[in-house]
Amino acid sequence: MQWRNSSNQYGLVSVAIHWLVAVAVFSLFALGLWMTDLTYYSEWYRTAPALHKSIGVTVFALMLLRVLWRLWTPMPAALSSHSARVRLLSRLGHGLLYVGIFTVLLSGYLISTTEGRGVSVFGLFEIPAMLSGLPNQADIAGAIHLYVAWGLIIFAGLHALAAVKHHVFDRDETLKRIVGCAPKQ
Amino acid sequence: MIKKTLAALLLGSVLSSGAALAADYVIDQEGQHAFVNFKISHLGYSWLYGTFKDFEGTFSYDQEQPEASNVNVTLRTASLDSNHAERDKHLRGADYLNTSKHPKATFASTRVLSTGEGTADIIGDLTLNGVTKEVLIHAEFIGEGNDPWGGYRAGFEGKTTLQLADFGIKANLGPASESVELTLSVEGVRQ
Repeated sequence: MQWRNSSNQYGLVSVAIHWLVAVAVFSLFALGLWMTDLTYYSEWYRTAPALHKSIGVTVFALMLLRVLWRLWTPMPAALSSHSARVRLLSRLGHGLLYVGIFTVLLSGYLISTTEGRGVSVFGLFEIPAMLSGLPNQADIAGAIHLYVAWGLIIFAGLHALAAVKHHVFDRDETLKRIVGCAPKQ
Repeated sequence: MIKKTLAALLLGSVLSSGAALAADYVIDQEGQHAFVNFKISHLGYSWLYGTFKDFEGTFSYDQEQPEASNVNVTLRTASLDSNHAERDKHLRGADYLNTSKHPKATFASTRVLSTGEGTADIIGDLTLNGVTKEVLIHAEFIGEGNDPWGGYRAGFEGKTTLQLADFGIKANLGPASESVELTLSVEGVRQ
């Protein structure tokens, strides 16, 4: 398997980022719901949010790399068996997933930076606050963070179902391509 | 002559009665000479302070008849500020003050008992988080007089301690943090 994408298959970088982000998004969602329900005396009360933010920043970095990588190395062409409607829907769907991920990441960042505090990343370094003091910033960003995260998770579930549908019912290479089982050239 | 004297006496007694002399004051929110602060123990190791920024209120006060005084305050619960955005967001949420469901907290005094020179117990109804309970505020008269801008001002400070559970705040912050002290420190401008 090669690093870069080719005209008909995803390279290692695209496949790795896809699955890292997928696992991170679902983990962050579960972690986020769990940590906001912790009692004050839980030993995770302070560490879980710190972990949530650190992973969030990491996902943001991965997503930036992902966008740059898309510009750097062309995406494989759609499968020839895909109709124009399927191609349009998949482009739209993937676009929405990107928008959803960035919206949740940025709104999460804005909750933390409301009063100008930065976001610590695994205690190693800090992302400074670049936007703070907006009216009701923490509450509005918090509402966006929660509801868009729910939307993203539901949409990511549909995205997975669509992949399974392509694999099981259409018996095409859609799912195989993104797990790295490239079709024979 | 007698009639006139009688009229003067009557008038005098009316004027000196508390109702007629008690002056009405509006809490100086505009000039921000008023604070509603809270203080709660953190784990039993330190004090955490916070404030409600947005409130308004009035009081009436007569030094001769302190028991005829009254006070009314309304505050926007969402305006709380403890210098930590994430904590404030949490405090506005359902675990604590439910500020979207209960945006206002009010205090209306029902009676005032003088407890000494310049001190009084103010008893009244406090509505917080949708729960109304009678509370007792220990109040202290700070001072009054003309201000440099042609007005007349009087200031008080009152404190009361609330049990969080009494006002439907279920969050468990530990045994040292089951109550919160509220301080109302206000200056009123006479109307």
